[in-house]
Amino acid sequence: MSEPTNPSTPSGTTTTDGQGDLADPAARRALMSGVAQVPGAEKPDPILSVDRITRHFGGITAVDVEHLEVQRGLITALIGPNGAGKTTFFNLITGFDKPSSAGKGAHWSFNGAKLDKTSAPKVAKAGMVRTFQLTKALSRMTVMDNMMLGAKDQTGESLAKAMFKPLWHSQEGEVRAKAEELLARFKLLEKKDDYAGSLSGGQRKLLEMARALMTDPTMIMLDEPMAGVNPALTQSLLGHIQSLRDEGMTVLFVEHDMHVVQHISDWVVVMAEGRIVAEGPADTVMANPAVIDAYLGAHHDTDLGDDDLLRDEVVKDLHHEADEEEAARRDAEKGKR
Amino acid sequence: MLLAPLLALGLGASPASAGVATLCLAQPGQTACVSGTVGNRTNPVEGADVVLRDEAGTEVNSITTAADGKYSFQVTEAGNYFLFVDPESLPDDVEIIPPAPRFQEDDGSIRVPVKLGRTATPDLEVRSVDYDAEGSGFGEQIVQSIAQGLRLGLLLALASVGLSLIYGTTGLSSFSHAEQVTLGGMVAYGLVNVAGLNLWIGILLTTIICGATGYVQDRLMWQPLRRRGLGLTQMMIVTIGLALAAQYAFQFFVGASQQKVVVRTFDVVEIGPVRMTDMSFVAMGVALVAIAVVGFVLLRTRVGQATRAVSDNPALAAASGIDVDRIIRFVWIAATALAGLGGVFYALVVSNGIRWDTGMQILLLLFAAVTLGGLGTAFGAFVGAIIIGLVVELAGPLGAPGDLKYAVALVILILLLMVRPQGLLGRAVRVG
Amino acid sequence: MNEFLGILDAVVGEAISPDTAAVAIAVIGLNIHFGFTGLLNIGQAGYMLLGAYGMAISITYDIPLAVAVLIGLVVSVLFSFILGLPTLKLRGDYLAIVTISAAEIIRYTGRLAAFEDFTGGSQGIFGKDYQGPFMDLSFFGSGSFDLLPLNYRDAGGGAGLRVVGLLVAVAAVVGIVVIAKRMKSADGQAPKIGTTATPKLVVAALFVVLFLALFFSFPQTEPRTSVDGWWVRVVAWSLVGVSCIIVFLLVRSPWGRLLRGIREDEEAMRSLGKNVFAIKMQALIIGGMFGALGGMVYVLTGSVQADSMGRQLTFFAYTALLLGGAATIFGPVLGSIIFFSARILVRELSGAYVPNSIMSTQQTEQFSYVVVGVALVLLVIFRPQGILGDKRELRFHV
Repeated sequence: MSEPTNPSTPSGTTTTDGQGDLADPAARRALMSGVAQVPGAEKPDPILSVDRITRHFGGITAVDVEHLEVQRGLITALIGPNGAGKTTFFNLITGFDKPSSAGKGAHWSFNGAKLDKTSAPKVAKAGMVRTFQLTKALSRMTVMDNMMLGAKDQTGESLAKAMFKPLWHSQEGEVRAKAEELLARFKLLEKKDDYAGSLSGGQRKLLEMARALMTDPTMIMLDEPMAGVNPALTQSLLGHIQSLRDEGMTVLFVEHDMHVVQHISDWVVVMAEGRIVAEGPADTVMANPAVIDAYLGAHHDTDLGDDDLLRDEVVKDLHHEADEEEAARRDAEKGKR
Repeated sequence: MLLAPLLALGLGASPASAGVATLCLAQPGQTACVSGTVGNRTNPVEGADVVLRDEAGTEVNSITTAADGKYSFQVTEAGNYFLFVDPESLPDDVEIIPPAPRFQEDDGSIRVPVKLGRTATPDLEVRSVDYDAEGSGFGEQIVQSIAQGLRLGLLLALASVGLSLIYGTTGLSSFSHAEQVTLGGMVAYGLVNVAGLNLWIGILLTTIICGATGYVQDRLMWQPLRRRGLGLTQMMIVTIGLALAAQYAFQFFVGASQQKVVVRTFDVVEIGPVRMTDMSFVAMGVALVAIAVVGFVLLRTRVGQATRAVSDNPALAAASGIDVDRIIRFVWIAATALAGLGGVFYALVVSNGIRWDTGMQILLLLFAAVTLGGLGTAFGAFVGAIIIGLVVELAGPLGAPGDLKYAVALVILILLLMVRPQGLLGRAVRVG
Repeated sequence: MNEFLGILDAVVGEAISPDTAAVAIAVIGLNIHFGFTGLLNIGQAGYMLLGAYGMAISITYDIPLAVAVLIGLVVSVLFSFILGLPTLKLRGDYLAIVTISAAEIIRYTGRLAAFEDFTGGSQGIFGKDYQGPFMDLSFFGSGSFDLLPLNYRDAGGGAGLRVVGLLVAVAAVVGIVVIAKRMKSADGQAPKIGTTATPKLVVAALFVVLFLALFFSFPQTEPRTSVDGWWVRVVAWSLVGVSCIIVFLLVRSPWGRLLRGIREDEEAMRSLGKNVFAIKMQALIIGGMFGALGGMVYVLTGSVQADSMGRQLTFFAYTALLLGGAATIFGPVLGSIIFFSARILVRELSGAYVPNSIMSTQQTEQFSYVVVGVALVLLVIFRPQGILGDKRELRFHV
């Protein structure tokens, strides 16, 4: 699964602009080098494009986005202080909420298709799949059942055919094989018959991401994938996200921790008080006065992420710890056999 | 020995139908039956003299109704019969609702066409004398119904405000709240009618006792269950079980028939076109005062502010130093006390007595009121209760027959949910 | 002793009565709603009443039985649409309030004097008006019939032999419970039970022994075809069996997985591209059809009377479901049988052994219902998974 992107992946993005393989950091930098670092900048090949979305709760404006484009095949981070409207924005574009500006100029489209009136399930079917800030593992179902629910177009999910096993038996086998492959990749395979409710918080995040991948998405939207995940898992989660990108998937994720953002994102969009205040590559956007204002203006004492967490030595340490844990577990397994 | 009656009883013999002592069975070609209830099933009239005469005017038979209000005659010839209820035998404040004109006879009896093999069930519903439709115009009927609607609405509000507060603070839809209403009537019956206490002292004591049941319930059951982390659905089913146990416990101790809180009847007062008993006005006044006190407490006192904070966000409330458990206990006490108070007055002025299922009859109206106003908003519940009260009382004169007036309220609820799911005063909540 | 055996006789009779089977079918439907999908339908009795009215009224208009049954089912489907359209997009509480209200509306309407020509008003429709076509189908002949050709009376034994039969039955129950527990704790692998036979076979054999022992000790003599005879019982329990098979086929499928997914978290299901509304509607319809079918069976032995299918019956259905175990295949059936038998047992025991001065005959009936209510409360609090449910599922609260 770690092989370089196959040009025939569904997204088929890697060569659209003749920019070369997007698994290569240089190619990604080159692709985005021509993009203006202003809010609402145009992208060479946007997969998601949003216009004039607003959402009010009572008298408060939670989201007020004039224009936003998300580049295909990259990892885009959506950051901002608490209450900046990131999750609400996610809810709006994935159909979980309706913009107050619906019918008043609000437009957003994904992969060329208009989403203005599309319900959440249809958005997901179109290839834009999301996860949740508070993980929604289906607790009283096994990990395997959780995964198998993700697969699209299952014959056996139609009521008329459900009662006749031969009609869906072979497809069920394929879905199971695919689920096992993904679980193995996310190191959850040995938990496959456990109830999802018995997993740790981090494992649930992994499960939710793996489940989202079962739908073969073109774009995956992760709402705070690192929240509540222990540092050792954080590292492997980041690795997973990067490998998704390297396979040609578009990733948009919400994150609080600036260091995580700097670590993996190719492009950063900053929200504050419902608006987009800045865009740019991770290393330069943090110097943008609008961003500093957004973070520090309101709360001078806010720390831009937990500094100790992802300094390079720490990351190395964590790597090491994770490896050790892994080895210990493998030994234990061997012991069992 | 045991087997035969048991199988015959089975499930069908739920207590409602168990009391039919003189059941008449119509045999095709041989006999026919004329049977029914004086009053209605929920509010039967005891001691009414019912006489059946044949076309020649000869008396076929006569019956004095028992506590279940049921009468039953068997006849062997088809034809027209005349059913007559002696107005003297009815309680002073009620009268038989006249049937449709084509069944109405000059002497006040009801014509009943009888076919062999069939059972005729003529309506002998009663209404209170203060329901003065005779001689009054349609407009006056409407005014009278509005007054009765306000009365019902205010009494419903007493119970539904508490139901709404419980829902707001704990998320629980309590199905046993209706039994708290019944409990109020039952306790008052015990204190005033049986023990002979003064009515007002009885009402006060009833309210206190009912509030105490709320305290005990929360102390012994709800708080431990919350601590155990029992899901809301499970808790709701617990309330269903409680309701079931309570209903039959009432029957066990008090019996299945209607009991009056006070034996005497109240004087009828006339204000313009509105005729109601003096007790009705008192009940409305007390209800208004009680609800005003609740409103004042919620808006102006620390406990009330804390209650609203818990309703908004229990976790945040707890974090800001509010003792959530104490607030919820306070809510339980207030809710059960209000329901008890409502129950006493409901038994006094609306249902003319208390029965094991009196509360159950209005449970849906309570839920309708709470949902209509917006789940969890106390003031919404008040508004909803008034609307439901008016709808129920106005449905009769506007053409909904019998018990269907309750159905009208529920239909309105369902329609409202389609257009405004959060209720009249509720807020839309953020998804996700 | 004889008195006690007489009571057990009544209990066994109740356990196999057609009413128990009818409620079991309705509970199977409720299990699809509440157990598998998490839909809080508190109006299952309304579905039953609709099914019963649909069938009975059709037959009184000389419509053939099969078509009449179909009409009853179609009416329940329409009812599901009416209930579901406004509420399935809202929070669960609303469905609860709307279903219980709608069931009451049906009951009020059924009792209405204005519709007396159709529904018989509060008197209801008498059994003889619609039972004919069903009884005509019977090929059981007339006369009466014992369930077992051999019972303790024929074997020439008195109470002693009967008690032996009873003890065998109790031993079989204990055996079944022990093996079932081991099977569960062994997680599907063959547990050690001291024999080479597969545990499933042993359990099946024990069930047969239990069945034989019960009816050996408590022979049930009923007429073959008449209103409360074997014909009704066999048809009713066959329908229970068919319903169980249908539910089994449905819930093991990917469709059944969707139901459980929705029970756990609707938003997650929406995020995976599942049309939650449509699936909930399907579940509501299927469960409602079982409810309607249960209602039709329920009235086969009596009459269609609106008040016999009120809220109480829905509450009984919930108790039976939780007793047997929600989200299991046989839970509803087992729960219904135990629920109704236990109620009769409580009533008869208190009738026989509590002096009349403490509890009159009328009061034993009410006492048995109080016990039912308290049992429901205790069950939800202390054993929410019921008899057959999986305890592991309950560690995680949703």
